Amino acid sequence: MLSRVAENIYWLSRYVERAENTARIVTVNANLLMDLPKGIAPGWRPLVDITGANPLFEEHYKDYGERQVVRFLIGDERHSGSILSALAAARENCRTIRDFVPREAWELLNELYLFARGEVSKGTTKSGRHAYLKHLVQSIQTMSGMLSGTMLHDQGYDFLHLGRFLERADMTTRIIDVRSANLLPEETTELRPFETIQWVSVLKSLTGYQAYRRSEQVRVQRGPVLRFLVQRPEFPRSVCFCVDSLQSNLTKLPRNEGALRVAGRLKRTLEGVEPRRLNQQQLKLFVDDLQVGIGELHDEIARTWFPPPFGMESQSQSQG
Amino acid sequence: MSIDWNTYPCDDFYDELVAEPGRGRSAVAGMLADLEALGPDELVARQEAANVSIKEMGITFTVYSEEGGTIDRTWPFDIIPRIIPQSEWDRVEAGLKQRVQALNLFIDDLYHDQKIIKDGVFPHEVLAKSVNFRPQCVGVSPPLGIWAHICGSDLVRDGDGTIYVLEDNLRVPSGVSYMLENRLVTKRVFPELFEHYAPLPVDDYPSQLFDTLAALSPRPADYPEVVVLTPGIYNSAYFEHAYLAQQMGCELVEGRDLFVDDDDCVYMRTVDGAARIDVIYRRIDDLFLDPEAFHPDSALGVPGLMRAWQAGKVALANAPGAGVADDKVVYAFVPEIIRYYLDAEPIIPNVPTYRCMEVDALAYTLENMEKLVVKPANESGGYGMLVGPASTKAERETFAELVKKDPRNYIAQPALKLSTVPTIIGNKLEPRHVDLRPFILSSDRQQVTMGGLTRVAMRKGSLVVNSSQGGGSKDTWILPEQSEGN
Repeated sequence: MLSRVAENIYWLSRYVERAENTARIVTVNANLLMDLPKGIAPGWRPLVDITGANPLFEEHYKDYGERQVVRFLIGDERHSGSILSALAAARENCRTIRDFVPREAWELLNELYLFARGEVSKGTTKSGRHAYLKHLVQSIQTMSGMLSGTMLHDQGYDFLHLGRFLERADMTTRIIDVRSANLLPEETTELRPFETIQWVSVLKSLTGYQAYRRSEQVRVQRGPVLRFLVQRPEFPRSVCFCVDSLQSNLTKLPRNEGALRVAGRLKRTLEGVEPRRLNQQQLKLFVDDLQVGIGELHDEIARTWFPPPFGMESQSQSQG
Repeated sequence: MSIDWNTYPCDDFYDELVAEPGRGRSAVAGMLADLEALGPDELVARQEAANVSIKEMGITFTVYSEEGGTIDRTWPFDIIPRIIPQSEWDRVEAGLKQRVQALNLFIDDLYHDQKIIKDGVFPHEVLAKSVNFRPQCVGVSPPLGIWAHICGSDLVRDGDGTIYVLEDNLRVPSGVSYMLENRLVTKRVFPELFEHYAPLPVDDYPSQLFDTLAALSPRPADYPEVVVLTPGIYNSAYFEHAYLAQQMGCELVEGRDLFVDDDDCVYMRTVDGAARIDVIYRRIDDLFLDPEAFHPDSALGVPGLMRAWQAGKVALANAPGAGVADDKVVYAFVPEIIRYYLDAEPIIPNVPTYRCMEVDALAYTLENMEKLVVKPANESGGYGMLVGPASTKAERETFAELVKKDPRNYIAQPALKLSTVPTIIGNKLEPRHVDLRPFILSSDRQQVTMGGLTRVAMRKGSLVVNSSQGGGSKDTWILPEQSEGN
């Protein structure tokens, strides 16, 4: 398989996953805010914090109001992480590899992009938002089902998984990072009234609430939630699950020593702590470590299997 | 409403299907009755079914839109086939092989001893002013001495029934994928026609193309690594590039997928590491092939590709520089070229052509512009030409100035009365003008497509068949005489 095709599949998958994750966090935040009294509510700014695109946001918007943040996350084409931009990028990547992707999946993605663009004004209103985002998430889920059910499970499929799980691990750590900072300065024994609701919302952003209740069988509170989101190998959006999937896909690829080494290090970082014992400061450092590890893994994947970045061809040729 | 062949207008032009009002040509005499029996409503329904099929099958071509973006347009297709009797086609096929054989000898000669110039048959000044002559190719001997492996020659039939070659496309001719898909669509929407007639199959082409390419491999392996090199998804023929790669089971690569290493071999970057390439079917123009040899700022090509080709480490089809014979002035010399290299008379004639570089021809052209079609040497797709009978006085005057300024760059031909084929227009059958582009493959042996791509000018009276300018297409049938109608 051509390196360029592998890279296109990988990014197609990352962008689609990114669009889905963004749709989820916007939905959940809207629900959360309705449950919280105005004084406590963290507002909409944390969503921009999660994407890390604050400088760009502040360049174009006066304040972190609901309308502005939602517009920025859903439909702002200047923001490369917005749902619309992510779907456009996914579509462009998919266009060049149409012979690798089943036709129905391409058509679905194409329709989805056209829907996202055509209905964007509905998506940014309070009343239309829920239906709009729900349609996006469902279509993307349909698409991943279609791919797993019809696409050849060859190297291309491995790269599809690499893209998906790397993006997902990245998003889960970002959500933990931002949400926990907002939630609780230090761990306290006494639960303040609305904390539970907020941790529930964290779980819900990752569609993990039901799974948490079933698997943890304890109340929703900081320690178990963190452990669940970071280390629970059975929960498909936990960092641990993502890293396990990455490792198993990497095993199937040729010349994988470097990438497996980086993934192994990431796995050890992940397992080496007891999240509930971390105070806020330590948690922040821990999540930073995870994010660095995820970034390193991407770099290693790109270095090993993707074409050299433009203008770098001559240096890498001798490695062939 | 019914189909009445007695009122079908075919007096002014040669119609490929209808010999005279009410009577079909002998090879397909029964088809008029078949179409009549179906009736116009059913024909229109079949045409709509074909349009839906084409959309579903994703047969598209890309056009540049005004806003700077590009769009995929579905391929325009008319379901009434264009039919050529096999006995006539056999002669055309022999003529095309003869022509391409001579052109390959001509190109090889130009890049070596230039005997044809020394012998005074081909003027040196034409070569000196050729924009497609590549000094980088001088002295290079490509495998088997072949330069133009894939040639698309455009044929037209004049009012008296004579078939002429209108031009030869030796650079990166396109359209063959549509020829293949047109047959597929016809089979889907018009199955009963195939009960009475057995047109010769066309679907061998991808494997013939692969064999043609594989024969050029510098490594005598059973399975040489052949790739299709495309400029990318924004190219108007991208559909075809992807289609042929898929049909041949080859990788479709872009320039950035390939690199030339210190050993002068070409490699593609794959997930498994670098893989050596033997043959490149390139669909990129010469000047974009290699930034080291041509346009330094081209990002489409592969640095060092010319070096690899010159060293014989990779085969390029068509070979760089083959376009030197893809020039409308060179075209005018093809009859002489055939006589010179093959010592034979051309089997298919050229359209009579005035070479404006010659004093008499220039004078004649300038005096008779309203009767002539005047074409620049190196444009394709119908751009930059003057169709005399359809032009205004002002247009002719402007064009005369252009010709006078650079006579070497122009030729003139009488406006031909292109043949017609019945075509569905609204809910009626009306004659529309057609041409035909067969494809000729040359390497260890020569093969010609069974028929080719028939292009139709969909506007009444128009002679412009290019799909970029509103042309359509038809399935082309080569029909053995013994399988005549029912």
